[in-house]
Amino acid sequence: MATQQIFSPLPGIFYRKPAPDKPDYKSDGDTITEHDTIGLIEVMKSFNEVKAGAAGKILRFLAENEEAVMAGQPIAEIDV
Amino acid sequence: MTIQKLLIANRGEIAVRIIRAARELGIATVQVYSKADKDSLAVRLADESIEIGPPQASKSYLNQATILAAARTTGADAIHPGYGFLAENAEFAAAVEAAGLIFVGPTAQSIRLMGDKVAAREAAAAAGVPTVPGSAGRLDSADAAFALVEKTGFPVMIKAAAGGGGRGIRIARSAEEFHHLMPQAQAEALAAFGDGGLYVEKLIEGARHIEVQILGDGRDVIHCFERECSLQRRRQKVWEEAPSPSLAPAVRDRLCSSAVALARAVDYRGAGTLEYLYDDRSHEFYFLEMNTRIQVEHPVTEMVTGIDLVCEMIRIAGGEPLRIRQDQVRVRGHSIEVRINAEDPAKGFLPSPGTISALSVPAGEGVRFDSMLYQGYTVPPFYDSLLGKLIVHDKDRPSAIRRLQRALAELSVEGLATTKTLHQALARDPDVQAARFHTAWLEPWLETHAASLGTVAPSPTAKVAQ
Repeated sequence: MATQQIFSPLPGIFYRKPAPDKPDYKSDGDTITEHDTIGLIEVMKSFNEVKAGAAGKILRFLAENEEAVMAGQPIAEIDV
Repeated sequence: MTIQKLLIANRGEIAVRIIRAARELGIATVQVYSKADKDSLAVRLADESIEIGPPQASKSYLNQATILAAARTTGADAIHPGYGFLAENAEFAAAVEAAGLIFVGPTAQSIRLMGDKVAAREAAAAAGVPTVPGSAGRLDSADAAFALVEKTGFPVMIKAAAGGGGRGIRIARSAEEFHHLMPQAQAEALAAFGDGGLYVEKLIEGARHIEVQILGDGRDVIHCFERECSLQRRRQKVWEEAPSPSLAPAVRDRLCSSAVALARAVDYRGAGTLEYLYDDRSHEFYFLEMNTRIQVEHPVTEMVTGIDLVCEMIRIAGGEPLRIRQDQVRVRGHSIEVRINAEDPAKGFLPSPGTISALSVPAGEGVRFDSMLYQGYTVPPFYDSLLGKLIVHDKDRPSAIRRLQRALAELSVEGLATTKTLHQALARDPDVQAARFHTAWLEPWLETHAASLGTVAPSPTAKVAQ
């Protein structure tokens, strides 16, 4: 097992859930596949899904819900 | 003038626009800013600036308590809300007045009335302003809604009474579709807005978007003629002009008079815009809604009438009566505004924040560029994509389009993608040149003209995930 990071593809606001009244896409400890959505990045009012990009288990999120992130900033750590 | 110091509760190009107007009126300016806007042009231009929180608008530009505290700290006696953010928030307008400050805009009561679609429609009907055939008020039962659409005919739009900006709208083209969509719409409205109230109106296909600018002082109201904003993508205007190229003079008189009648009926104070749908085959117009703020596209009205709308709204807020009589408002020539957004039209309008590495701004006769740009500025990703507006004025519409083409060729924004190429393609399109368009014209046009919208061929993988 190796630890890998998921990076934000874009600068903007990171959201862990699809809508304010919906549950988080993923939680710490969840098993994920490459194509799973782990969050949204809001860039200039347009919402872009962040894909896991690799299969494994989420160790922890590094960015909080509604946090301002830069492109390339790590947002989660996964065990692959 | 009772206003001495004006706080601008907004950002971007409109903040710059308001600072300029205030300065010409001899009013000191305070610019509020989020951490992401520390280096903005508005902050550089204002007499004073004060930070109001983190980049997220919900924690800065929408934070009423922090903005009011900033006004107290800086000794501002008035707040201009611009457009968007808190501009049409009745609670904020009331809080500003309760704090003993001037809100540069209408009363909280006017904002509340016009913000409720059904109430606004009732006010319009009472003032004799035609509205789209449909429910006279909110409908709480599917049966009542169906009884109504049997009379109006199809297609119809089902809208949430508490919705806005195109959210929660469904289109039913038959009774069958209507029975299928109505319960969905009700459930969705309840979930999204906490209010399951709906209203139903006939869909006017192929209609144009025409809006009337008005100014009121709480007693008297004048209109400053109309703008046409039919070129829209996802219900966002991209190209606006004044006067409308599609309105017959007799219809223009009736349209503008109806706007004045409605604004008068609600004792409107400040600058406002009444939006209409216009069917140029039947020459019928229908009131849609009233925006109780300055609009993005206000400059085209300023160019053709010579009236500085932002100055006038500040003067009115300061307690001055209207300085202009209706018979003094005249339209001279034609004006077009195009929105320069940080979006890549060749890549499905992918947002494109970044740093302006080089900037060349058009100038010369009849050209105005309202923007928040300067060389070296980094456009933050946290707000809308509007960078600026290129506005041209000339003696008639064909000349204005040629001037627009000339000005677009002079505009160069390097370091990020912009919608300049979209406007160049539109300006040379025969249908645009002949003003043969309606509100649903642009989106299919974009699909067939994708190849002409950039220097780089559009890639099928480069779509915005929405």
